[in-house]
Amino acid sequence: MPFLSSFNWVPLLLTGKLALVTTLILVIIGVPLAYAIAFSKSKLKPVFEALVGMPLVLPPTVIGFYFLLIFSPAYGVGKWLKDFFDIQLVFSFNGLVVASLIYSLPFMVQPIQNGLQSLPKNLHEASYTLGKSKWQTLWYVLLPNCKKAILTGMVLTFAHTIGEFGLVLMVGGSIPNKTQVASSIIYEKVESLNYEAAHKYSAILLVISFVILVLVYSLSKNNFSTQIKNNGH
Amino acid sequence: MISINIFKALKGTQGFFDLAIDETINKSDFIGVYGKSGAGKTSLLRMLSGLDIPDKGTIIVEDTPWFDSSKRTNLPVQKRNIGYVFQEDVLFDNMTVLQNLHFALSKSNEIKLLDELIDIMELEALLNFNTYQLSGGQKQRISLARALVRQPKLLLLDEPLSALDYEMRQRLQEYIKKAHKTYQLTTLMVSHDPWELYQLVDKVWQINDGKIVKKGTPEQILPLELYKKII
Repeated sequence: MPFLSSFNWVPLLLTGKLALVTTLILVIIGVPLAYAIAFSKSKLKPVFEALVGMPLVLPPTVIGFYFLLIFSPAYGVGKWLKDFFDIQLVFSFNGLVVASLIYSLPFMVQPIQNGLQSLPKNLHEASYTLGKSKWQTLWYVLLPNCKKAILTGMVLTFAHTIGEFGLVLMVGGSIPNKTQVASSIIYEKVESLNYEAAHKYSAILLVISFVILVLVYSLSKNNFSTQIKNNGH
Repeated sequence: MISINIFKALKGTQGFFDLAIDETINKSDFIGVYGKSGAGKTSLLRMLSGLDIPDKGTIIVEDTPWFDSSKRTNLPVQKRNIGYVFQEDVLFDNMTVLQNLHFALSKSNEIKLLDELIDIMELEALLNFNTYQLSGGQKQRISLARALVRQPKLLLLDEPLSALDYEMRQRLQEYIKKAHKTYQLTTLMVSHDPWELYQLVDKVWQINDGKIVKKGTPEQILPLELYKKII
């Protein structure tokens, strides 16, 4: 098919890879973080919540700007990483992953935190009275009872990472086959008035985003129906 | 024997008050904790279990200090060997009835006890059910059995029957009575229901604003008219 032979799939594959890696790492980081915030009795809890939620309100360019400042190989942390570990995050795929972890953090943490907080308080206390530790309680009782919240967090994180633009452009620089993801190639195609190519990438992203959102709403609906069913008994 | 001498400042519906309890519980006692809402009954149970911490005092169980503020001893709830049945059902919906009971096991030799409990509490037919498929009474029966799996030194029942209808209460009372007798349990049960206390307990502590204002047999403490009516 001419469409398949001439079409450059690499930006879409890179987008998928970035979203997948970000989601997998964030679920590992997000679960303990959400647990710590959900059950925190510290007066600083609103501060931690605000820190996690910052990427929701900040323009991605602000995060991108600070990322470039911190991880520039010319000085500071970036120089240290370059000198001691030969790691350069700026203009690299790994850099995109680190930036995406920060950018998508609230999309993973907040649904899981809400899921944990919506469980009855006595649920974890009941587990403690049965001699189970906090970790056993989290693993065997709390997380299995908010599976849908975790799945929602994962799907939202995946979808949000696919939709990143400003941040990936600043941090990655849109280098073909390396950091050029779907959203940045669309921008470039439009800039160069190649609307046909822009249409193709845009249409694919549109369909993927729609399918993901249908999935999210189906999950929320099922969650709601299950709650109704449980309360009905 | 369990010696309790605890103090905690609490906030009730009428404002702040001090909970101060200085009592002894003998082995195999069945004590009913009776009093108005917000009198500190649940707080007492939560402090005995380790879910809440007293401001000061001691809780000594068979010569082992569970809590001693002067020595900064506070045995975590996981290590206190208590059984706790909450007012609302807190079965784990991600597990079947049998898995809920197995979850409470800590040593392999308790499996025999588990089988015995399933028999005594007549749970055989429910074992493979999901917990959300069960009635309120069945759930509380399983909660009771689950709390007993660990052979607790102290069984704490926080109004476990209050959400059930009359018939279901009667049945559950029989199970509680049977469990207390069979395992020679030391039990503390919070209840608003004088009739329930008449049926089950040997002694009653009447609590008001965090203090035990009366204690004695149910006949001595609870409204006499009701007792005569029941007799």
